[in-house]
Amino acid sequence: MYKYSDFDAAFIAERNRQFRGQVDRRVAGSLTEDEFKPLRLMNGLYLQLHAYMLRVAVPYGTLNGTQMRQFAHIADTWDKGYGHFTTRQNIQFNWPTLSDVPDILDALADVQMHAIQTSGNTIRNVTADHFAGAAADEIADPRPVAELIRQWSTDHPEFQFMPRKFKVAITGSENDRAVIKAHDIGLRIVEQNDVLGFEVIVGGGLGRTPMIGKTLVEFLPREDLLPYLEAVVSVWNEIGRRDNKYKARIKITVHEHGIDAIRELVAARFAETKQEFAGVDMSYLAQFEDAFSEPVYSNRPVDAYDLAYSNDPVFRSWADTNLTAHRAEGYSIATISLKAHGQTPGDATSEQMRVMASLAERFGHNELRVSHEQNIILPHVHLAELPQIHAELSQIGLATANIGLISDIIACPGMDYCALATARSIPIAQEIATRFDELKLEHDIGHLQIKISGCINACGHHHVGHIGILGLDRAGVESYQITLGGDATETAAIGERAGPGFSATKIVPAIERLVLAYLDLRQSDDETFLETYRRLGLAPFKAALYPEAKAHAA
Amino acid sequence: MPRPYLPKVITANALIEGDVVYMTAKGMWSRCMRDAEILNDEADAQIRLIDASAQSDDVVGVYLSDVAQGPNGAEPVHFREEFRRTGPSNYLHGKQEGQAHV
Ligand code: HEM
Ligand code: SF4
Repeated sequence: MYKYSDFDAAFIAERNRQFRGQVDRRVAGSLTEDEFKPLRLMNGLYLQLHAYMLRVAVPYGTLNGTQMRQFAHIADTWDKGYGHFTTRQNIQFNWPTLSDVPDILDALADVQMHAIQTSGNTIRNVTADHFAGAAADEIADPRPVAELIRQWSTDHPEFQFMPRKFKVAITGSENDRAVIKAHDIGLRIVEQNDVLGFEVIVGGGLGRTPMIGKTLVEFLPREDLLPYLEAVVSVWNEIGRRDNKYKARIKITVHEHGIDAIRELVAARFAETKQEFAGVDMSYLAQFEDAFSEPVYSNRPVDAYDLAYSNDPVFRSWADTNLTAHRAEGYSIATISLKAHGQTPGDATSEQMRVMASLAERFGHNELRVSHEQNIILPHVHLAELPQIHAELSQIGLATANIGLISDIIACPGMDYCALATARSIPIAQEIATRFDELKLEHDIGHLQIKISGCINACGHHHVGHIGILGLDRAGVESYQITLGGDATETAAIGERAGPGFSATKIVPAIERLVLAYLDLRQSDDETFLETYRRLGLAPFKAALYPEAKAHAA
Repeated sequence: MPRPYLPKVITANALIEGDVVYMTAKGMWSRCMRDAEILNDEADAQIRLIDASAQSDDVVGVYLSDVAQGPNGAEPVHFREEFRRTGPSNYLHGKQEGQAHV
């Protein structure tokens, strides 16, 4: 993993010292809220419906056992004993008091973490494939590049007051698990004639105007990355719209000017930025690559795994849904579900965090990942240890076998916490998961992603859910709008609106009708919901959602 | 046609905890909506809002919120205000926690 340099540590310590002073002055009354608000936001501190919320970056979703334990310590000492993992590979603490936040930031600095640039019109925490450095299908680990981008963008003078926030995601695999096409910039490591480079995708985003990113270059040589990114951001900084907050994101710039015009402008700017870089970035990259070198794998028998797999149906079910192919022989990637049926998606108690930390330390080369799907991953575990890992997870409510299934729901905090929400999302997720668990249909249904947002900002990625749910306020009543056919992967697509919204009490039965219709419509047990939807289109699903409309027409 | 005036309360979040607070008739902040003063006159409500907003050392984000007169004082008319006075629905945290202890 990347370790802070002396410079990094001093920088964070200084920022924390400044913020402590700012909090003191706010509490003493010498700073007004108007003066203080931008300062707290720069440090990841929001004011929500019922309390403050501190958002802490987990850079590219990678953390070690010590860092996870520190989250547990923070949750116990200054919060309510839990944390919420988010779609942006962050953790949010929902209940800190203002006066405790400087201590929390110091506790984070002790484990090389911070909350800078988790808010505001800056380049945000770079997100990455959560299976980075482990996946069997990967060309190269994207995290050294993610770290390079983080260092380049953190506190970069040109990028502190941009037209709007800017989000970058990166993957090293053909299979996109980082939703790179729904980011301002998406990067995919590609190989041409044995040379590594990047496909650069620009202008994706969700929110009120959802767009799938477009390819700006198919192959950018590795050494050109930072000057090229600087050129992209700089072109947008110059021609992006500042007159209207909703039109300021680069997706609108790309949409209004066209990808070809943007490509030309970027090329012209790149000719200048390239001169300024002179290759120092590549020596940094080499250092980061060393920091992310692969763990030393061992070659051991896997009998313990085979035995448990054939004798223990509960273990087998978990192994079938929660494991992913690892590149090293005898190893596996284990996803720990934070979606126990009926629980809040993405929440982990301090006790659960400590168990995950301990498992990572004892069996997982001390690595953990946060996925944008709001789960935690042990990226490098030997098959022989999995029965033991599963047994320990079971004891603490973390062994739910539902990865990629209907109850593995992404849900934003919605109106239970978020000041911007127009409706709740968490209870809808809880009810859907509970209902399909009762029906015992989850494994039969197979791969199906539901994603829920509590307002048009789309923090819950509803546009790219196979089934998307958007909570709105319709004349003072919570109303839930369904979109169908969204896709968050390399075949990214924005879902189609199915029709009028449903009330909070009618949305879960509507989802049930929809899914039962799919079970009738699919050609075989292997045809996923998305495949059936792509084959048949909206009509049969719409009929299932709105049976009254059909009755009227008849 | 102008919308009819709805009774209001003054609400905000406490500076240190962020907890939802309401302005009482005595000009103090209370954590409990039942204690809130109901402002039935529009001009009066505006003046009280200006006064309350000046207390920025104790609270953040002061605004007027529509209410209805209930048997025990003000009742929210919008679900957002219902959640604000109650707390989140997934855990008994916030104000609900306080109530569980009394
Ligand atoms: C609770 C406090 C939060 C606030 C105030 C907030 C606010 C916002 C706003 C205003 C946007 C739209 C930005 C734009 O389109 O320019 C946005 C986008 C986004 N938020 Fe949040 N958010 C919050 C929590 C979260 C959480 C908990 C997550 C993860 C679960 C999250 C993930 C995202 C993502 C992925 C987007 C990008 C959607 C896009 O591509 O436009 N946010 N957020
Ligand atoms: S989608 Fe809306 S409700 Fe949900 S977290 Fe984002 S801003 Fe809040």
